[in-house]
Amino acid sequence: MPFDDQHDASDAASPSDSREMISLRRRKLLLGIAAAPALAAPAFAFGQSMSTAQVNTTKLAVTDTEVTVGQLHSATGTMAISETGSIQAERLAIDQINAAGGVLGRKIKIIQEDGASDWPTFAEKSKKLLENDHVACVFGCWTSASRKAVLPIFERDNGLLYYPTFYEGLEQSKNVFYTGQEATQQILWGLNWASETKKAKSFFLIGSDYIWPRTSNKIARKHIEDHLHLKVVGEEYYPLGQTNFNSLINKIKIAKPDCIYAIIVGGSNVAFYKQLKAAGITADKQFLLTISVTEDEVLGIGGENFAGFYSAMKYFESLDNANNKAFVAAFKAKYGPKSVIGDVTQAAYLGPWLWKAGCEKAGSFDVDKVVAASPGIELKTAPEGYVKIHPNHHLWSRTRIGMAQPDGQFKVVAESPDLIEPNPFPKGYQ
Amino acid sequence: MSATDILNITLMQGFAGLSLFSVLLLIGLGLAVIFGQMGVINMAHGEFMTIGAYTVYVFSKWAESMGVVATNTFLPLAILAAFAIAFVFGWIVEWLLIRHLYRRQLDTLLATWGLSLAMQQMFRSTFGPKEVSPTLPDWLMGSWSPAPGLDIPINGLFVMCLAIVLTGGVLIAMYRSRWGLRVRATVNNRTMANAAGIDTKRTDRLTFAIGCGMAGVAGAAFTTIGSTGPTSGSLYIVDSFLVVTFGGAASLLGTVASAFGIAQTQSISEFFLSGSSARVVTLLTVVLILMARPQGLFASKVRRV
Repeated sequence: MPFDDQHDASDAASPSDSREMISLRRRKLLLGIAAAPALAAPAFAFGQSMSTAQVNTTKLAVTDTEVTVGQLHSATGTMAISETGSIQAERLAIDQINAAGGVLGRKIKIIQEDGASDWPTFAEKSKKLLENDHVACVFGCWTSASRKAVLPIFERDNGLLYYPTFYEGLEQSKNVFYTGQEATQQILWGLNWASETKKAKSFFLIGSDYIWPRTSNKIARKHIEDHLHLKVVGEEYYPLGQTNFNSLINKIKIAKPDCIYAIIVGGSNVAFYKQLKAAGITADKQFLLTISVTEDEVLGIGGENFAGFYSAMKYFESLDNANNKAFVAAFKAKYGPKSVIGDVTQAAYLGPWLWKAGCEKAGSFDVDKVVAASPGIELKTAPEGYVKIHPNHHLWSRTRIGMAQPDGQFKVVAESPDLIEPNPFPKGYQ
Repeated sequence: MSATDILNITLMQGFAGLSLFSVLLLIGLGLAVIFGQMGVINMAHGEFMTIGAYTVYVFSKWAESMGVVATNTFLPLAILAAFAIAFVFGWIVEWLLIRHLYRRQLDTLLATWGLSLAMQQMFRSTFGPKEVSPTLPDWLMGSWSPAPGLDIPINGLFVMCLAIVLTGGVLIAMYRSRWGLRVRATVNNRTMANAAGIDTKRTDRLTFAIGCGMAGVAGAAFTTIGSTGPTSGSLYIVDSFLVVTFGGAASLLGTVASAFGIAQTQSISEFFLSGSSARVVTLLTVVLILMARPQGLFASKVRRV
């Protein structure tokens, strides 16, 4: 395969061809400089100095002026609730990159496919994006199930996927960059905080019954019992879509834990918190920490039903830094003042920027080169503050604890002092 | 654990069972009318509930803009509106779709499933794909504590009252009104009912619309205990068919008994087992009983044609 590609590359760069290309490019360069704001011009010039044959030796959909990328989320079906924010954030990032001159002098063109909340559809669409459209990279997936469905295709076709969701870890692929936190990043520091600051001695673990909550609670239990030497007084799982939690709430009342540790997702989340409040378990009487409720979920739960509980995330919309203020303002300008930004939405926003940085460092759109260049890339403009790509394809990031406010926003009450190293295969936690 | 603690937990757990019973009853009633009386397998039943939930959402937004008094009192009005809107929608659906399929029961399954997908996308386009949260009256969302350590959810009580009112209403309408008489006559023997001068087409349409309206009321009530989103209704569809089939399709009393039985099994096994295994226990019990009594708990005395 690589040999073929190089052959093509030298063909394309034959003398007569390249002369034509240069003159064509010069014209576009002038147009480009005239059109683009002054700031963007240097990037443009840098990009234009590289011919398409140079930046694309693997037959990706790259022309002199455009590079095509794919976007693969659920715009319809159950998961549209969650994935809409990611679609919006990726679009925003791509618009901003295009306004500043694009990547390697080329504007990003998006082909959006709908995974329709159905995992085989995700697989089929990713195949279409990689094999028919030859996209340079894909921003997409949300649930672990959808990621697992497309993974073999990305590995076989040597595609590149930027995956935004915080997830259970236990995965690392050459063809995927994980822009959300893996489980240990999200869980361990939060539990330390619960034991040190909130003096929690006993924990009740609750989850929806599928891989992410189960793996996460397994890590949490190990950490609580083996490292913090505290007690787990209960661990319970309920089917996805469960709408009645009264029996569970009674069991919590019997166990009287210092901390409820909740990883419930989807519509069940709403039912759980509404019924918790109705059973008299409110924030003034009970400490609750969750890793599954962001600003997006609070929209459905209702701020008044969740106020005072704590969430462990790497990002909250209320983060007070200049990057984030600009990001929130741009997001609301594009999607309306009532839109909210959760952790995953921000992580999705990082995807296009990390890819851009990778391409520019590699001087190429080729997947192998971008992958090789990516470790060590820093993003100082990230809304969450600062991130850096680890050689294991996850991000170094901080973890924060937010206390929910009645208006649906979070007040950040604690933040890990250092960046936390991603560790998708934690020893002693499995 | 002291004796009062045990008493409190027992009381609250008893209430949890009753509360689940009311939920199942509410979702089952509308379907019992449509599936039980008319034989239409309405897969879009959950979406009619969603209509009710979104009606409450729209009313709550309106009430919020009107001030505190409106926020505290809008709910009864919203529930009536939920019935009306789901009723009208059901009327239209029957006229456009269902009436062409009365003799093809399996086709109604496919058609209404398609309808449910279309309705979900309609909600998504109208209200957005994200879940919404209606602002409900404060008095409804807390707990009532008659003794320390004993908390009775007020929204649970509310759902229970609504379930009682609705069940009573349906039973009276079915056995004491002209409409009920016509429905029972049509169910018993359509041809004979027609010959006796009953407009069975009109009866069908009204029955379907009333069933949908009841789904709307259920959906409105569930905004107090569950989620409001484009696919919220689909969370209840399996349970609703479970309740109606287990009870014996054509019997309203069967629906009540089956809702009670399933709720108690589920609630008690959830308390002693984990959530997922409780579900297994409940479904296994239902399957075993249905194997012994395929017609459900209460067999109807209808002669099937």
